[in-house]
Amino acid sequence: MKINLKINNQDKIIDIRPDEMLLEVLRKNGCLSVKHGCDTGSCGACTVLLDGKPILSCSYFAAKADGHSVTTVEGVQNKVEKISKYLVDEGSVQCGFCVPGLVLTTMGMEKELNNPTEDEINHYLSGNLCRCTGYVSHTRAIKKYLEDKK
Amino acid sequence: MIIDEYKKPKTIEEAYSILTTKENSQIIGGGAYMRLSKKHIGTAVDLSNLKLDFITETENYIEIGATTTLRELEINDITNKYFNGIISKSIKNIVGVQLRNIATVGGSIAGKFGFSDLIAALSVLDSKVILYKTGAVNLLDFINKKHNDVIEKIIITKNNLNADFQSIRNTKTDYAILNVAVSKHNNNFYKIAVGARPGIAICADKAESFLKTVDFSKENAEKAGLIASEEIKFTSNFRASAEYRQELCKTLVSRAILNINC
Repeated sequence: MKINLKINNQDKIIDIRPDEMLLEVLRKNGCLSVKHGCDTGSCGACTVLLDGKPILSCSYFAAKADGHSVTTVEGVQNKVEKISKYLVDEGSVQCGFCVPGLVLTTMGMEKELNNPTEDEINHYLSGNLCRCTGYVSHTRAIKKYLEDKK
Repeated sequence: MIIDEYKKPKTIEEAYSILTTKENSQIIGGGAYMRLSKKHIGTAVDLSNLKLDFITETENYIEIGATTTLRELEINDITNKYFNGIISKSIKNIVGVQLRNIATVGGSIAGKFGFSDLIAALSVLDSKVILYKTGAVNLLDFINKKHNDVIEKIIITKNNLNADFQSIRNTKTDYAILNVAVSKHNNNFYKIAVGARPGIAICADKAESFLKTVDFSKENAEKAGLIASEEIKFTSNFRASAEYRQELCKTLVSRAILNINC
């Protein structure tokens, strides 16, 4: 079947299988920043923005995304570099596998929450697992980023 | 999972027609849990185009459309205004925001998942499932019977009862080892639901009956927890043993009763 998908502001008509997940479709179409992590909807590595909201692309049927807009790290390079600098400065990055998902969830949070508290930040980012650094440095980095943005 | 054909009907009638006439057809909610199964679905019916994503308040009811996401439900002012925010409290720790942006209310109810926190919470409220052809069905009747129909919405009577939700998880975003929802209607009329046993939420009838006969006290809350833990069947799985769940039940039931009354 064919679907219309706006990937990083580019309209595309893509041929998919009816049971194909958005993760596979995005990676086949060059969005390799979208990581294939747990594949069970638990780790957040495959996070993308669907119409601006963070979702797990491993758990979302590509057919369901027909007519919608998808944003991956490839489409928001400047923003990613900005947020990543804070993550690097606070020692929140080792292998980097979780970072694309973490950055996109942070962007979703920025849109949804005004001046989030530390608890709200931690709650919002709790679906992004990191097995390298723990979460204290993530929280510190995102807090600093949000404070400096004001 | 294998899907042969994926349809997004434009009307509920069309969705119902596909569901009841096409072989191996199935409605997909958000699809997040369904994709983990090994099913072979002939026609997947996606309700996204039916404008069923709403949360509204009428004079007597809160109405929640079937395709409303758990995240929308979690942060909605209407659902947070009633029942001590039990609905939001029950779903806010289900995996992460990203999954809650996918999983839908209709899918969570229709899936009848044992681990469902939402079903436990709705079980202690006056909740009905509105099906396209069948009409209104009590939530517990819906859970206990198979319906080949389309869920349009869930309605909850606005009766200002006090309610509380408790759960224990191995980690914050994991599924519950045990969940407990308790509501107090008036005087000593309680509803107690225990889920993730790991089976689906069921009511603790004997504990409810006990509470009708006694005044509130810490001791009676603990006794109700003990009765609930003895009347409900628990089993073991990779998250916890039956014995551990039984112990948790005592504490979570009594804690919820105390929270409601303090």
